[in-house]
Amino acid sequence: MATTGNPIRQATTGEIAGIVLAAIAFLGLLLIAAKTDHGAYAFHAMVGMAAALGTVFLIGNRCFKAGTGPAPQEIDGRPNYNMDPVKFGTIASLFWGIAGFTVGLIIALQLAYPALNLDLPWTNFGRLRALHTSAVIFAFGGNVLIATSFYVVQRTSRARLAGDLSPWFVVLGYNLFIVIAGTGYLLGVSQAKEYAEPEWYADLWLTIVWVVYLLVFLMTLAKRKEPHIYVANWFYLAFIVTIAVLHIGNNLAIPVSILSPKSYIVWSGVQDAMFQWWYGHNAVGFFLTAGFLAIMYYFVPKRANRPVYSYRLSIIHFWALIFIYIWAGPHHLHYTALPDWAQTLGMTFSIMLWMPSWGGMINGIMTLSGAWDKLRTDPVLRLMVVSLAFYGMSTFEGPLMSIKAVNSLSHYTDWTIGHVHSGALGWVAYISFGAIYCLVPWLWNRKELYSLKLVNWHFWISTLGIVLYISAMWVSGILQGLMWRAYTSLGFLEYSFIETVAAMHPFYVIRALGGALFLAGALIMVFNVWMTIRSGEPESAQDRTPLQPSLVPAE
Amino acid sequence: MDTTYQWLARFAQSAGLLYFVGIFLAVCVYAFWPSNKARFEEAARTPLQDD
Repeated sequence: MATTGNPIRQATTGEIAGIVLAAIAFLGLLLIAAKTDHGAYAFHAMVGMAAALGTVFLIGNRCFKAGTGPAPQEIDGRPNYNMDPVKFGTIASLFWGIAGFTVGLIIALQLAYPALNLDLPWTNFGRLRALHTSAVIFAFGGNVLIATSFYVVQRTSRARLAGDLSPWFVVLGYNLFIVIAGTGYLLGVSQAKEYAEPEWYADLWLTIVWVVYLLVFLMTLAKRKEPHIYVANWFYLAFIVTIAVLHIGNNLAIPVSILSPKSYIVWSGVQDAMFQWWYGHNAVGFFLTAGFLAIMYYFVPKRANRPVYSYRLSIIHFWALIFIYIWAGPHHLHYTALPDWAQTLGMTFSIMLWMPSWGGMINGIMTLSGAWDKLRTDPVLRLMVVSLAFYGMSTFEGPLMSIKAVNSLSHYTDWTIGHVHSGALGWVAYISFGAIYCLVPWLWNRKELYSLKLVNWHFWISTLGIVLYISAMWVSGILQGLMWRAYTSLGFLEYSFIETVAAMHPFYVIRALGGALFLAGALIMVFNVWMTIRSGEPESAQDRTPLQPSLVPAE
Repeated sequence: MDTTYQWLARFAQSAGLLYFVGIFLAVCVYAFWPSNKARFEEAARTPLQDD
């Protein structure tokens, strides 16, 4: 640490490397921005240049500030946790959550009232839909996962996050990817693979960020003080490793030129379709399930102040879930050119998923045994338990829909949309909200949230929204499926496509209302978090750490 | 003589089944091995530890 006389300190090797790499990237991007004839691509090159320039200044500035640079691993024999990247990820997830829910509401209204497409390319449903899905899954969910994983791996390993600059590179680099992806959709840059829309250059950037993420996580585990790697970390690790493999496999594309945002995938025909849905379903399985189960295995016991119901079950849950999920993808391709046995295989593995899914749900809910009364008094815990109930419901519905006979009715209809949202709103978002409500007072050293009453309002308003959403989509989807397969006595289709669209209008309006309620609930959460950070009662120095006093001494 | 495709499909269907059942059994044995009991019960309390 530099003293008062000369605050400038020698940059570390990592800081010098960071500055040099950012400067090289800046020059490379400058060339691309100057030479490309594609407007959106030039814009992205400039966004990258701004980020590179910002990196040079941010890293350089550290050398002029006392107290920056490599921090001690421990202070007074206690781990010196690195919580700033976690704070950033938490705030970013709130921001992207509101953005993603808002765009979702807009496209729901567009489906009910097509005039809202505004006849502009940037605001039409086709572009905004990808913006919505990426914003809620990757921006909101991704930031929640990165923030909570960095929190949980430190606390359960009792070790400071590995790396000095690299945790910041992960959170900031990931959010840069989100900005590139999101603005790309609006400007028409997309490789048109569902949930994998970003083009090759954004994919390459995400690959770099993700590998650093994996390394930070692994290196933190490597220096853990606990002998056992806690089950939540296994789930996070499965999520990080599998997403890396899926992302690379599904994005093996060759760009037309380094000056063009357009690329062509190396897979063709049915192989490409299979790769896409191997990726697509495991985005559900490993991003939206394994990662959020990790949140469950840390935050539910912590908040309920109860040990995990059965640790043995959690081990079987983990291995069964990851070994089975990876095979479920072909159920997205029933009655297509995919070989019939592969479709049956996907269906069979999907049905087998009932067991680990419900095993995990039971393990989470039963963790409350001995603390059931908290469901009545603690709305944060209630959010998390209801998320598990939704998890159980949507993982029951999913295998059901993967059965070929059911799929022949449900596929391509709104039933699928309803199913996805019971999982996404009910499970993923609720467990995330629960984790955020836990994390904010912990991170900012507040006794409790600003208002538990507002959490209660959030819970009930958004639950009503979810119920409206999913029930409208069930009715609309089954109606749609039945209308498509209705024949007249002469063997002609009974309804034209446009008649089915008109029939769904009332349900689209109800769905948009549900979405509006869900967004309203999330806005209440943002207000609550804001007030907690700004004006919440700070914990006194003495009772800082034992947020929930432990019943047994560690070790 | 089998074609390569059929041989591969048959291999995947039989060996794959044995492979998965084997892994599942190994995981169950590990989870329920009596001497691991205490370790897992302690691990179940990991989130509750404070420092």
